[in-house]
Amino acid sequence: MLTLGPIAFTAPWLLLGLAALPILWLLLRAVPPAPIRRRFPGVALLLGLRDDESQSDRTPWWLLLLRMVAAALVILGFAGPLLNPQTERTGSGPLLILTDASWADARGWPDRSARIEALLVEAGRAGRPTALVALTDLPPGAPEFRAAEATLLDLPSTGPAPFAPGFDEVMAWSETFEGSFDTYWISDGLDRESRDPLLTALRDRGDVTVFQSPRRTLALRPARFDAGDILVEAIRTPVGDAFETEVAAIGLDPAGIERRLATAPAIFEPGEGTAEVVFDLPPELRNRISRFEVTGISTAGAVTLADDALRRREVALIAGSNEREGLELLSPTHYLEQALAPVADLIDGTISDVLLANPDVIILADVAGLAAGEDEAVQEWIEAGGLLVRFAGPRLAGSDLARTEEHPLLPVRLRAGGRSVGGAMSWGEPKALAPFEEDSPFFGLDVPDDVSVTAQVVAQPDPTLAQRVIAQLSDGTPLVTRKPLGEGQVVLFHVTANAEWSSLPLSGLFVDMLERLAVSTRPAAPTVEDLAGTIWVPELVLDARGNLERIDTLTGVEGERIATARPGPDLLPGLYTGEDRRLAVNAVASDDVLSPALWPSDVTVEGLELTSETDLKGWILAGALALLLADIVASLALSGRLRGPRAGIAVVLAALFLTGAPEAAQAQDTAPALGGAESAGPDADDDLFAISATREVILAHVLTGDARVDQIAEEGLLGLSIALFRRTAVEPALPVGIDIEEDELAFFPILYWPVTAGQPIPSREAYAKLNRYLRSGGMIVFDTRDADMAGFGSGSPEGRKLQALARPLDIPPIAPIPEDHVLTRTFYLLQDFPGRYASRDIWVEASPPDAELAEGMPFRDLNDGVTPVVIGGNDWASAWATDEFGTPLYPVGRGMAGERQREIAMRFGINLVIHVLTGNYKSDQVHVPALLDRLGQ
Amino acid sequence: MTEADAPLQLRSGAEALAAPLPPLLAEAEHLARNVHMGEHGRRRAGLGDLFWQYRPAQDHDEVRSIDWRRSARSDGAFVQDKEWQVAQSVTIWADDAASMSFASRSELHSKAYRARLLGLATAILLSRGGERVGLPDLPPRSGRAQIARMAARFTEDGTGDYGHPDARGMASHSRALFLSDFLGPLEPVEEALTSAADRGVHGAIVQVLDPAEEAFPFDGRTIFESMGGTFVHETLKAGDLRERYIQRLAERKERLLALSRLTGWQFLSHHTGDPAAPALMWIFNAMERRL
Repeated sequence: MLTLGPIAFTAPWLLLGLAALPILWLLLRAVPPAPIRRRFPGVALLLGLRDDESQSDRTPWWLLLLRMVAAALVILGFAGPLLNPQTERTGSGPLLILTDASWADARGWPDRSARIEALLVEAGRAGRPTALVALTDLPPGAPEFRAAEATLLDLPSTGPAPFAPGFDEVMAWSETFEGSFDTYWISDGLDRESRDPLLTALRDRGDVTVFQSPRRTLALRPARFDAGDILVEAIRTPVGDAFETEVAAIGLDPAGIERRLATAPAIFEPGEGTAEVVFDLPPELRNRISRFEVTGISTAGAVTLADDALRRREVALIAGSNEREGLELLSPTHYLEQALAPVADLIDGTISDVLLANPDVIILADVAGLAAGEDEAVQEWIEAGGLLVRFAGPRLAGSDLARTEEHPLLPVRLRAGGRSVGGAMSWGEPKALAPFEEDSPFFGLDVPDDVSVTAQVVAQPDPTLAQRVIAQLSDGTPLVTRKPLGEGQVVLFHVTANAEWSSLPLSGLFVDMLERLAVSTRPAAPTVEDLAGTIWVPELVLDARGNLERIDTLTGVEGERIATARPGPDLLPGLYTGEDRRLAVNAVASDDVLSPALWPSDVTVEGLELTSETDLKGWILAGALALLLADIVASLALSGRLRGPRAGIAVVLAALFLTGAPEAAQAQDTAPALGGAESAGPDADDDLFAISATREVILAHVLTGDARVDQIAEEGLLGLSIALFRRTAVEPALPVGIDIEEDELAFFPILYWPVTAGQPIPSREAYAKLNRYLRSGGMIVFDTRDADMAGFGSGSPEGRKLQALARPLDIPPIAPIPEDHVLTRTFYLLQDFPGRYASRDIWVEASPPDAELAEGMPFRDLNDGVTPVVIGGNDWASAWATDEFGTPLYPVGRGMAGERQREIAMRFGINLVIHVLTGNYKSDQVHVPALLDRLGQ
Repeated sequence: MTEADAPLQLRSGAEALAAPLPPLLAEAEHLARNVHMGEHGRRRAGLGDLFWQYRPAQDHDEVRSIDWRRSARSDGAFVQDKEWQVAQSVTIWADDAASMSFASRSELHSKAYRARLLGLATAILLSRGGERVGLPDLPPRSGRAQIARMAARFTEDGTGDYGHPDARGMASHSRALFLSDFLGPLEPVEEALTSAADRGVHGAIVQVLDPAEEAFPFDGRTIFESMGGTFVHETLKAGDLRERYIQRLAERKERLLALSRLTGWQFLSHHTGDPAAPALMWIFNAMERRL
């Protein structure tokens, strides 16, 4: 084999043929193109004419060159050129192929897989026994060496895991090595604790070659709160130049559709390994976030799940009995409501009521004692993690609660009566707040000068008092005290929650303090002790590519294991549900750092890129063939035979050949596009659809996939269209069946949706479309077609399907159709709405509760607008169905009564369409006289 | 071959022979139908049934020829002239030599076909006008049967590379139409024309050419052969000959034109790529002019 740079020749001696090219040149040059014999009557005029030039008996130089190049290419082609010839890897004996298979491998796993496959094939050629081991999925014992072909079978089932290899497991496995073997280590490029010991253990056994490509790996640390904002830290490796990416907060929107709620840039400064991403979101949005991910990177590490820690808190406000009515600003809870309403869900009610709601915080404003049962209940609730915030007030000061001994629901003992300062009848100035101590949760908040306290309840000195004070006045009197109780805590503000005793509730500081208290009691990372003995069931599990999967087949995980926050095979990253909350286990923990794997200099590190050997023979010979074809065209042109249609064909052939097959394939692709609309460009197709759908009124039915039902629906709408055409000013075109997944709905005023038990649930996008359709004034007529055997809501399969179908739809409250609904009089005056069956169970949008029957009016002034849904089971389509001549297709009822029922059904259909097209026009009271007249009243 | 086969063979041969006839005849009639004859007299006084003009009676007029009704309205005697309505003999010669069978493209008819089409259509027209038409070797007669005979004669191809007209069989003071490519030697043509002119025969010559013969769209090394194979010319660069060929063709046309002027004939150069109807109109007018 002869190697020249990246090209090698398998049969280099053939290249000697290139030396013969000059001889060929001379030969070719001497042979002029053969003459054409042509019959031509005008030859008599040519007789005696002589050629001016005589050079044409030699081949022109450019044609000669073309032929020479073609000949040279043929010689080169048969010499067997190879691009990137593979050098054989040397080595013998067992070969271990080791892959990290961590989440960092998920991106580009196909490359790694291909590399492994190539290595295995190569080892197979060399006859080496091989073993394939993923560090995240370690075999129980030493690597088992088998034939490469057998190992190759394991490759498809080897894949990246959503976690990193565990240190202990890897160490234990490295103990089991026996015999000597070489190792190819496909690294994910991240450094870990276990890497060096394992490398040492492997090198004891044989040579180690590392395959690793330098690449950027990004990960997100778990989200946490930082001063009210959500802080997500993005980490990267390698640390290098400035780099910016985007982190998205993803959650359900109000319609229940998962979408990106917010995005924020993650800006890595040069040389910085971490970037802080701050999401400053309103609580409403914050509560919806289910996960954060780095946009465009699909690895488990680039996703961090949010658990209950980001939820909006529920706060119960309970004030003492309010004797003074009407004094809003003096209400004990007024300022609390003002402060908390934007950031928390407020719950009103009695203690026993709110405890059922299990709020996060209960605030007692000037409530002294609780009823006997409530006391213990509140205590239990606090011990289970609740936060009780109490405010003092005249009632608390006046009660003898916690006078002599500490009350469980008060942090400190209180002196009787409290004190007041700075008043007309007291000494001293009103007291200001002292700066907050470092161990106080309020530390860092600015204390405004104008906050003053004129009255307070005073704590009894106690040995524990000092550590329970978290805010004090400038004279050292405790202002806010706190004590832990079980998992929760009790906080007491020694002033009132209104501005009676202090100006604190008027200041911004009050809001900040409340925020701090609420924030600091959010469930932080639980400790081992917290979780001991609990069992957590995985609900959502992340795979290595960062996809969340709902799962209910995994067994529960012990709390102790979760507390380690180190995911592994027994603890997949995901969302785990316990008794009262959900915990997120993320692939990357909050203290993880990413660092690139550095290998000792004597370990061979190869790139991951698989340079495949390319045989150029085919290409070069094809090139020669192309040149020879060009030569044919050129020769034809030269000898004057390239005329007429032949020229066109030749040029087209040459062009096709030279531009290659892709163009030809494209031409084939576009060719049918001219003929059929199916394969036309999507835009053109959409436009056609839109134009045809909007040119006329078109009734549409939803394709259910059941051919029979779809046919009946189409026939029914055809019959209805014909009736409309004959009887009303609505002149619809032929009805269409639409696929709600694909087609645009907005063009159709009404959708008839026959419900079959077997039809698939539409996709999320289709539901979004349907909801948009309903909100923008469309109407869907659901027909369960089962009124003969099931009442509405009873459990027929269609009824159950309807419930499943309609659940994600944005449907207002519905009610059985009232007798004065506008549907009863949009065109015909109707009281029954039969189809093929004559059930009266038809449901439409409920009328507003305050609609009242005015005096002298036959009907109420009901809904404005069109009812978005009509739900029934009367199989209207069958009653409407006619062929194109208007002949009914399906039997309805018996005899004349049946014909009457069909007529009424048709009238209902007409009313329906007119209702959709005219809205509430006929519900306007203007029509009352005419309607009364028609009603014969 | 058995006895019974002989009539069959004869018949199939005859049918093959007659096969081109109906299309040619039909197309010729179709072509001729485009020309509306109308009432066309000879626009001069002569023998005929139709009134032409009154003229004062002269000495040589017989008395019975005097139109008394007209004469009674004035002092002089008037004679009613009739329009001259005498049938003419027209001889049509369509070149049937090998060179006429050339057609450069498959969608074009050969020059022979076009020449015969024009000839036959002219014959139909003239025959409809009451003239007698004939071929050089078919004495002029009138009537549909003569047309059929001419059409039958047109299916026969002649021999030789280039043809030339033969004026010997023509009656004096008759009319003639020569259709050929006139690519062969011009001397016989010249001779025929002058001898025809000498006998008072007038008419038109139509040069039917293929577009390729006009444009000479050839390139490269080529051996040109005449249709009969008698003339051969080899060239290495046919493209270079184009200008000189075209020049020679133009010279030839000039010479034909000059010759026709000299002898009082009309000359037209017609291409098979062009529609036949305008050529027919031209021929008809040319034949009409002197009749």
